[in-house]
Amino acid sequence: MGKRRKIWLSAMMLLLAGALALTGCGGGGGNTGSGGSSGSGGSSGANAGGSAGGESSGEGAASGDEGDEIKVGILHSLSGTMAISEVSVKDAELLAIEEINAKGGVLGKKLVPIVEDGASDWPTFAEKARKLLSEDKVAAVFGGWTSASRKAMLPVFEELNGLLWYPVQYEGLEASPNIFYTGATTNQQIVPSVTWLLENRGKKFFLLGSDYVFPRTANKIIKAQLAAEGGEVVGEEYTPLGHTDFSTIISKIRQADPDVVYNTLNGDSNVAFFKQLKDAGITAQDLTTLSVSIAEEEIRGIGADVLAGHLAAWNYFQTTDTPENRAFVEAYKAKYGRDRVTADPIEAGYIAVYLWAAAVEKAGTTDVDAVREAAKGIGFDAPEGKVTIDGDNQHIYKTVRIGEVQPDGMFKELWATDGPVKPDPYLTGYEWAAGLAEE
Amino acid sequence: MEVMLLQLFNGISLSSILLLIALGLAITFGLMNVINMAHGEMIMIGAYAAFVTQNLFLAALPEAVFDWYFVLAIPVSFLVSFLFGLILETSLIRFLYGRPLDSLLATWGVGLALQQAARSIFGAPNVAVTSPGWLNGGWTVMEGVVLPYKRLFIIALVAFVLLLMYGYIYRTPAGRRMRAVMQNRDMAACLGISTRRVDAVTFAIGSGIAGVAGCALTLIGPIGPSIGTYYIVDAFMVVVLGGVGKLIGSVLGALGIGMANTLFEFWTTASLGKVLVFLAVILFLQWKPRGIIAVRTRSLDT
Repeated sequence: MGKRRKIWLSAMMLLLAGALALTGCGGGGGNTGSGGSSGSGGSSGANAGGSAGGESSGEGAASGDEGDEIKVGILHSLSGTMAISEVSVKDAELLAIEEINAKGGVLGKKLVPIVEDGASDWPTFAEKARKLLSEDKVAAVFGGWTSASRKAMLPVFEELNGLLWYPVQYEGLEASPNIFYTGATTNQQIVPSVTWLLENRGKKFFLLGSDYVFPRTANKIIKAQLAAEGGEVVGEEYTPLGHTDFSTIISKIRQADPDVVYNTLNGDSNVAFFKQLKDAGITAQDLTTLSVSIAEEEIRGIGADVLAGHLAAWNYFQTTDTPENRAFVEAYKAKYGRDRVTADPIEAGYIAVYLWAAAVEKAGTTDVDAVREAAKGIGFDAPEGKVTIDGDNQHIYKTVRIGEVQPDGMFKELWATDGPVKPDPYLTGYEWAAGLAEE
Repeated sequence: MEVMLLQLFNGISLSSILLLIALGLAITFGLMNVINMAHGEMIMIGAYAAFVTQNLFLAALPEAVFDWYFVLAIPVSFLVSFLFGLILETSLIRFLYGRPLDSLLATWGVGLALQQAARSIFGAPNVAVTSPGWLNGGWTVMEGVVLPYKRLFIIALVAFVLLLMYGYIYRTPAGRRMRAVMQNRDMAACLGISTRRVDAVTFAIGSGIAGVAGCALTLIGPIGPSIGTYYIVDAFMVVVLGGVGKLIGSVLGALGIGMANTLFEFWTTASLGKVLVFLAVILFLQWKPRGIIAVRTRSLDT
């Protein structure tokens, strides 16, 4: 009996260890410098296992360029709460790499992706970023979703002089020389959408967001803009991430009686909010809501019947009518399944790979400083239309669009800017925004 | 006035949801003293069982009967989670009785494994469950006070489950055996009760009720691999506050937390409201460490 019990116990412990490893909680250990983990087998050895400090000078610290292969890193949450969004971006980036390889690669060399799991945990992102840069010696990393994960990775990329391509719309007020931002900054999504709402839907705004850096910064900007452009804030609420009961918030919205609910909720909270809003008898006809985190992918998880009629602001919709987009949607569905959809961050991840490849071709090397210099002004005919890298802040020119959710889960474009909008992460072009950056 | 009425209803509604997610735990943790961190994943399994039932209805049956899939989804969710609970108990939990720390770690690991399994099978993004037509809309009591049918339905469902559980535990021979084993295991064994079988069934019932909760939550919340994590803390809070060992304690605990949460959230903000509720619970437990209803049994004394 005693012996059997022991065997059972050890089997159980094994199971537990397996479960931990499965979800990535084991951590990467990338900063130990041991150099022995899988994936680093092809390292040239010159810097393998060296400690981080010795590499900060930047020369060749992240070259990733050996033989006839170029290694690039892909770092997204493949497990945990953010996996819902980030897995598809990873898929789009792999698709772009595959397409580039099929056309002969970059500088005649094949791209080899090294995929790491950030596990929805910000320290893990920093750790894996360090592993990719100092052990795998990747030429560039495509990754991140939440601002928290980007802020966690930023010091690593600046210290080791790596290149991060960040594909998600964010709150602005940042321009690191080691990051290229292919998602929208505030003046390419939030600011124009607020102006549009003021002109078309009403002056009274209710601001609703998840309680972390993006919604709070975004709402700070919206409040300054509303004050300058004649709008009014009748309520402002933040909920903890993962909040699932919105009955009280909906009571508050009812009481405040706004024209517009500006929604910066993130992740699963959106599902609960929109389901419960509909149950409370409030439809898109009674109340305009505009969301900045709900794209085609999220609509599938909430249910198009719940969301029909509500608005979202993005730079790209699956229905955007360009020849490049038709090809992109077709390729994506062919590779990952007919039932998959494309969305703004997915497209931003896809174009990030192409922009980087174009910059490398122009520079003739994968050296980080040379690529950064070469990237200035590079353009690409993206699915969303023409995009161009702004050399000053390493964001890209993007077209702004507002769409209405249709019963089939796709967007109908209601409005778009005439052409790509120049990125302005510090909102220097807006008088009312003076002072926001300093806080 | 309307807002106060609505908030009162919201408080009751939130209490009913809390109670539903805590009822299963009231059995596995409250009666059996297993710190079951995989409880949230049993909720998740129930939610996915509802999703699969919906898809089967869509695929195999005419559209006219689709609205009634939900009636079938509830027992299906119960059965699936019941089976998972049975497997979990017979393969793991039964080796860990009386060792709370080990069972905490082991069930947590099982929870993570189940989450990742769901992610592999159904994909990482949320899935949508279309709620049946007869639950859409609400009952307009007066201008500005609309009580959603879904929330009324959940309240009724909770009452029904509570009634069933009460009947089972206090009015059937099986329930009597269950109480006997939980209160004094050795004595019950001496009297010829198969304690091992009672343990297995009890744990499975607790898991099955978590599955029912998961099924009901598809009406108002997200359905994804990690939904269990959103509810697990609340579930434990309800059971601990209510007092381990008595169902009525969990009812009172859920009512207290639900009403307090709604009120605090209305007066302050969602984040601060949650903090205040936690503070109140901690203070209350300082005053009454055994919770609202304390049971004195020999097994709990040791």
